[in-house]
Amino acid sequence: MSSVSPSAYPDTESEKKPERKEWPLWEIFIRGQHGMSHRHVGSLHAPDAEMAIKNARDVYTRRNEGVSIWAVESRHIAATVPSEKGPLFEPSESKVYRHPTFFDIPDEVGQM
Amino acid sequence: MYAQMVKSTGKGVKTREEMSEDERAFQDKIDADTKIEPRDWMPEEYRKTLVRQIGQHAHSEIVGQLPEGNWITRAPTLERKMILLAKVQDEAGHGLYLYCAAETLGVSRDDLTEDLLSGKMKYSSIFNYPTLNWADIGAVGWLVDGAAIMNQVPLQRTSYGPYSRAMIRICKEESFHQRQGYDIMMKMAQGSPEQKRMAQDALDRFWYPSLMMFGPSDKDSVHSAQSMAWKIKINTNDELRQKFVDQTVPQAEYLGLSIPDPDLTWNEETGHYDFTEPNWQEFFDVIKGNGPCNTERMNDRTRAWEDGRWVREGLMAHARKKAARTAAE
Repeated sequence: MSSVSPSAYPDTESEKKPERKEWPLWEIFIRGQHGMSHRHVGSLHAPDAEMAIKNARDVYTRRNEGVSIWAVESRHIAATVPSEKGPLFEPSESKVYRHPTFFDIPDEVGQM
Repeated sequence: MYAQMVKSTGKGVKTREEMSEDERAFQDKIDADTKIEPRDWMPEEYRKTLVRQIGQHAHSEIVGQLPEGNWITRAPTLERKMILLAKVQDEAGHGLYLYCAAETLGVSRDDLTEDLLSGKMKYSSIFNYPTLNWADIGAVGWLVDGAAIMNQVPLQRTSYGPYSRAMIRICKEESFHQRQGYDIMMKMAQGSPEQKRMAQDALDRFWYPSLMMFGPSDKDSVHSAQSMAWKIKINTNDELRQKFVDQTVPQAEYLGLSIPDPDLTWNEETGHYDFTEPNWQEFFDVIKGNGPCNTERMNDRTRAWEDGRWVREGLMAHARKKAARTAAE
């Protein structure tokens, strides 16, 4: 079983359902202030990238929340699978020596 | 509350012995305050109850624009008009945050809208009352948004991640709404005798419908236990209603207005106000569709949905044409 899923959300479109007419879903990322990275704030519907950005401004930045917006269509998001979380992140859990507190350094050595 | 009488399983809460292994692990996560995220395993009834609750909440934000939108063109000053416009725009934003949270559970936005228009999904009973004059806009902000905040603040801790995050955003913005309402009430209560009469009249009409926002009394609230075990409901209806009354009475006193309840008294023993329950028959009638404005609200939403169809389709056609042109280059 692959640990990567083609979507961040549960599958909503089955073959049986009629084709959706609604505008595609976009995920919105906003840089709150200079020096910070973009952060996911939510999603919205828009017909194209230009409208996604414009809608994102109105929906997610009505109170100076951002200095920059990224929009990406939700269907382009790849995601990890929650049930595979254990094996996927195991390598980072089993290497305690990666943390500086693993090593005992005598006080006489000073700041390190 | 913006979600009233949300159905859950209709059965009692399962004991640990009755739960499957998945259900036990799920309940353990909730008990440990670990948020549930869209792709995590969840009981089907949890998902369905959340769709109903978040959907009803979203619909309430959208329909809730109508009674206030009515007064944008009639606001007494340009400043009041701009403030009200900003508030109503916030309500649209709140509806969108919530729709997007519901969509993470595998429902489509169009389906939610169509379920509202067909009457399959509900919105809060409060928006079926008319806003007859400018004082009503003050009362709506003060009481209706006040009751909504009472309910939404605890929901920031709800177990479903996307819902919790939407509530956090909404709560940050609601406080402006309640204050602008109270500000209108202060102006009118301290104005001419006629203005003060209007303020009192608005309080008289909105008091009991506001108390109904929290939903039926706990003894008639059959779906609460499961929702509370799943932490998609944090307090009981009666707890929140009591809190709202306790907070609002001194605010009315400051305005010099009287709560339309002759039996309202401070109870030294409980440390709370005793008050008269709303007329629950009226509440059930309004929920069933027989409130003063149910038909008007649904007609307005249906017209907006149908009149907007050519715009939705036109913009999509334009987007496809532009994409095809870019691909050809």
